[in-house]
Amino acid sequence: MSSFKVFDIAGSGMAAQSVRLNTVASNLANAESVSGDAKTAYKARHPVFEAMKAQAGASKNGVDPNAAVKVLGIVEDQRAPEMRYQPGNPLANSEGYVFAPNVNVVEEMVDMISASRAYQNNVEVMNTSKELLMATLRLGS
Amino acid sequence: MPFSIDSYLGVHAAALKLREQRTELLARNLANADTPGFKAQDLDFGAALAAQTSAAAQPGTLKATQAGHIGVQADAALSSGSTEAFLKYRTPLAPSLDGNTVDPQLEQAAFADNAVRYQATLSFLSTKFRSLMTAITGQ
Repeated sequence: MSSFKVFDIAGSGMAAQSVRLNTVASNLANAESVSGDAKTAYKARHPVFEAMKAQAGASKNGVDPNAAVKVLGIVEDQRAPEMRYQPGNPLANSEGYVFAPNVNVVEEMVDMISASRAYQNNVEVMNTSKELLMATLRLGS
Repeated sequence: MPFSIDSYLGVHAAALKLREQRTELLARNLANADTPGFKAQDLDFGAALAAQTSAAAQPGTLKATQAGHIGVQADAALSSGSTEAFLKYRTPLAPSLDGNTVDPQLEQAAFADNAVRYQATLSFLSTKFRSLMTAITGQ
């Protein structure tokens, strides 16, 4: 039934934003995880969102089949890791360098605020839709 | 004259359906607020409602029964309750680089507006049902 599609849409938005919050948490937690090798250094992760195409035949009432959000995948940031000269670090390579992740903490914090606001928007949509639906169910009483 | 519940409810039944569809569209816009390339859409409510009510108001529309008959296909989509023709893309106030045209503030305002109007339609319908119940029970 189409009244309940709002819940699917808002739910998918919440799921996508929570994936984004998870990647932010992972990036921030690993912001200082140094490594002795540029290849094995932690790389910042970012989710990629896509508007989901509904299954064939699901486009009823003339509504556009572009519906919910889908997390298409999680990509790793390709910026070079930061080299730090720390010869005392047990992880340092032969030249005394360690490789810090390419996590930009400021960017991550901004991303976190954006994700949490978007999440709240979806929660608000779901709450309002639920109230409207309940009012519709009580119609005539 | 035979009593029809549809004509008794008037425009409100169609309006409720359209309001619900608009709720869905706005929810979709908000859910895709961070999706690259997503184009926000909205329903031209006035035109859609006018089309639905005019389609409903003409029960005796012409029907093409022979291959030579012409000119009724245009209304087929409208009378079937399709609102595809009334979906409009939003013109972004500040276009973003990733091609997304969702403005969360605007969508939230539209969503709140739509929710209030949905409730207004609900209360109109509720009043109609109450009067009908009064007429039926006679109390």
